[in-house]
Amino acid sequence: MKGMDVFRVVKPGFFTSVQDLGRFGFQRFGVPVSGAMDKYAFACANALVGNTANDACLEVTLLGPELEALCPLQVAVAGASFSVLVNGEVAPMWETLNVKKGDVVAFSGSAESGCRAYLAVRDGIDVPVVLGSRSTYVRGGFGGCEGRSLRGGDVLRAFAPLQFLKERRVLPAELVPKYESEVMVDVVLGPQEDMFTSEGIETFLSQEYTLTTESDRMGYRLDGAVVRHKGATEIVTDALCAGAVQVPGNCKPIVLMADAQTTGGYPKIATVTTPDVSRLGQAKPSDKVRFRKVSLTEAREGYLAFHASLSRLEERLVKRRVF
Amino acid sequence: MYSSPKYSPVGDRALLVKFGDTIDLGINRKVHALSRAVEEAKIHGAEECVPTYASLLVYYNPLKTSYERMVFGLKDLEPKIDEYSVKTETRMIVVPTVYGGSFGPDLTSVAEYHKLSEAEAIRLHSETEYAVYMIGFIAGFPYMGKVPEAIATPRLETPRLKIPAGSVGIAGNQTGIYPREAPGGWRIIGRTPLVLFNPYAEPQPALFQLGDRVRFKPISEKEYQALGGKS
Repeated sequence: MKGMDVFRVVKPGFFTSVQDLGRFGFQRFGVPVSGAMDKYAFACANALVGNTANDACLEVTLLGPELEALCPLQVAVAGASFSVLVNGEVAPMWETLNVKKGDVVAFSGSAESGCRAYLAVRDGIDVPVVLGSRSTYVRGGFGGCEGRSLRGGDVLRAFAPLQFLKERRVLPAELVPKYESEVMVDVVLGPQEDMFTSEGIETFLSQEYTLTTESDRMGYRLDGAVVRHKGATEIVTDALCAGAVQVPGNCKPIVLMADAQTTGGYPKIATVTTPDVSRLGQAKPSDKVRFRKVSLTEAREGYLAFHASLSRLEERLVKRRVF
Repeated sequence: MYSSPKYSPVGDRALLVKFGDTIDLGINRKVHALSRAVEEAKIHGAEECVPTYASLLVYYNPLKTSYERMVFGLKDLEPKIDEYSVKTETRMIVVPTVYGGSFGPDLTSVAEYHKLSEAEAIRLHSETEYAVYMIGFIAGFPYMGKVPEAIATPRLETPRLKIPAGSVGIAGNQTGIYPREAPGGWRIIGRTPLVLFNPYAEPQPALFQLGDRVRFKPISEKEYQALGGKS
């Protein structure tokens, strides 16, 4: 199958990168997982153009790009609420859009709520697979579009020939998430909660924390009440996963996100559950976050429910015959 | 080393198996052995292992298994893991390194910290045989030990914003090499022209593997350039 040019980047936006579900199996070599920050919106975008779950999309952050279609396309935008324009006319999010050659797809202004949106192209964006994934890992300089975020003038490719959907797909309104600027996320305590005082844990679970501007795909640095250690503030370096909440010597929590480094030397008070790491992907600097302790059983039920909601997406889409 | 490994959940789809809480080759070998055992035994639902100094992070698929079932399967493997540690610790990698000067700006402070000459510090660092305990921090970064007490030096108080690729550093009794330019607080004593990480080399993108033995070989700036090193 030969790829074809689908989009020319007119304006790249604040930080737009190619992402799929992530890069698995190489963490032992220090390679982060990466992948879409919000797996739900990512899955919606792909389902709306009939893609498979791991097809690569553009992840748009806060300020979206402007793209010129180089051929007729089917696309969908899901996630943070942007005003999406096609040739200057407002186009709906959360549904299939047909775009003609020469049309300009633009994200006007900044996201009204949420932080990240996904633009899916029918059949997926075609960039080279590096270590099993198309996801961009900017700090490592590989994956996606030359290992970096998009720049003006870049040309994106997709798989050809494109087989268009015959129907227009729409996500039912009740499945469209609302992104609040205050978010409560579930955590399982540990693996090093025993290194914190009981007051420290109590503080962590009861206080509101604010995302600082030092928050990106790698992790969110939080500001708020200090979380005290019993003694040592470092551990013998061990492995980290997305959702790990580490607390360094300054007692301010850091939540590791999709591009988390694979190992770290600070104690981890808790781990955010998989569905809530995804929800947290829509938080932006100055948003507030609170942590709620759940049992391992509740966390497991949450995971299974999240997985079920993703696998049932396609059948729950409204499919309209006409465009 | 703990009398028996400790298990703890890590969120909803991983668990940590901890063998001890020190940097120790005996403990580290247990970690590597369990990591290989998990792969070869193909525990149902186990997905990816991340071995570190004293513990192993095991990701699992909650659709196929649970924390309890994983712990059960891993405990079953425990008595057998020593069988998996036999075939390692065989490879020796020599790391040509220019010590000091602009390539190793902290060699002076390491030597001063221990009241040694720079030549003695170089000798101590390059005459020691190291083992690769783990790879992490940034892609391909080998954590090696142990550095002789006579040159073991704490990290810089203020980390540097940019450390060039190939930089060889010391942090306490660990030594490591930066595969690419990155910020960091390790004391940089030299630089190697070796390429440590190549994302296009599958399935082994990193030069170093767990359990490798490593030696540093002092070279001149000229040799560094001849080996393709960048200045």
